[in-house]
Amino acid sequence: MAAWNIRIATATGTPIYRQIIDQVRLAVATGDLSPGEALPSVRGLAEELLINANTVAKSYNELVRDGVLESRQSLGYFVAARRQVYAKAERVRRLRKAAETFVCEAISLDFTAAETQSAVEKCLKSHNWIDESPRATP
Amino acid sequence: MTLNVPAENEPRSDWAIQAHGLTRYFGRRCVVDNLSMDVPRGSVFAFIGRNGAGKTTTIRMLLGLMSPTRGQSSILGFSSQELPTDARARIGYMAEGHPVYSWMRVSQYSAFQQGCYPHWKQTTFDSVIDYFSIHSNTKSGDLSHGQRAGLHLASTLAIEPELLMLDDPATGLDPAARRSLLEAMIYFTRDRTRTIFFSTHLLDEVERVADHVAILDYSVLRACCSMDTFRERVQQFIVHFPGELPPKLPEIPGLLQVTRRKRDLTLIVVNHNGGTERSLESLGATVIEEQPLSLEDALTAYVGRQGNRSLIRDLGDAS
Repeated sequence: MAAWNIRIATATGTPIYRQIIDQVRLAVATGDLSPGEALPSVRGLAEELLINANTVAKSYNELVRDGVLESRQSLGYFVAARRQVYAKAERVRRLRKAAETFVCEAISLDFTAAETQSAVEKCLKSHNWIDESPRATP
Repeated sequence: MTLNVPAENEPRSDWAIQAHGLTRYFGRRCVVDNLSMDVPRGSVFAFIGRNGAGKTTTIRMLLGLMSPTRGQSSILGFSSQELPTDARARIGYMAEGHPVYSWMRVSQYSAFQQGCYPHWKQTTFDSVIDYFSIHSNTKSGDLSHGQRAGLHLASTLAIEPELLMLDDPATGLDPAARRSLLEAMIYFTRDRTRTIFFSTHLLDEVERVADHVAILDYSVLRACCSMDTFRERVQQFIVHFPGELPPKLPEIPGLLQVTRRKRDLTLIVVNHNGGTERSLESLGATVIEEQPLSLEDALTAYVGRQGNRSLIRDLGDAS
């Protein structure tokens, strides 16, 4: 967990609890956090990020509900064994929604289709997310 | 409606603060108009509103430092106007602007305060003083604004309060002092039964620490709810039109703000429901998509000059 840190920003459209959820999900998906790894305690993270502890608890609880984390009695929160909790249709729906937001942003910033696609590829590469080969371990 | 005021010897209540119909006039001017709100015990409650909205007057009435023209309130289960001394000793109050007795040295300050509170904890006082780099020999009048806030915070936390009442604690502080204040607030809530009620203009702080919010707008309470509720109820939509924008919008329920652009409208709406979509579609809108809205934009639109005067409430009665 040494290299991985949650960072939050205020004054954005994304509530803090959502930012935490997104970052943990991403870190788990890309392997920055591996199964069994411990997360910072609710208190610890609240004091580090200077936010209300209930916000951290809310994020962790939602991540537990979604099967990303598991909570172990009095030990804290850990990354759960990797499994897909959404049905195929739901995954497709979420991906479409994310793509829609991204593409709208790209269009409004006046990028061409090719530039937009190349940005996606660069982003995938930066997360070592490359098909047809086992994921590179950092 | 009757106020849930527990018996004298039973100060435990689910509510740290309750107010019902609280009203205050200064001469003929109404400063707080029929304010009813409930502050759950254990919450971090932000009280926001512009300068002159009536926040300080409300806080002073809740603490029993000023009597209301009408209405009533209770704090820690006791009537504000008949607050027993031992209950008062469990409330830490930081007054606006951090006034100090300028001739007192910091050490004298703690000795003076100590006499008023049975649970005074000198180690807490000393560590907060130290945190703000204050020397105990300095005269209070020679402290910087941030240090004066530190001195207030130290005396407030040293009494080990159950309830912190902070009246605009962060205004005028430099970023480092503001950070220390936030850290102290978060540390204070380690005990989940403790409550913080704070008024502020700094929305960064609100977004970080508050779980509940009340909004006072020109003397009238406009929201009293959880932060989640507030953020869910105020939404922004981008509405695209294939052709010309409609020259005039029909009555849209809950509309707070409209921005026109060439082919689309940006609407900020409160308590949105199916009716909003239907009336837009009847005007020829093709795509209606929700856009994330920052807390500041949501608040500005909510108390803005245009738009509906609505009330968002999930706490207390709706009278």
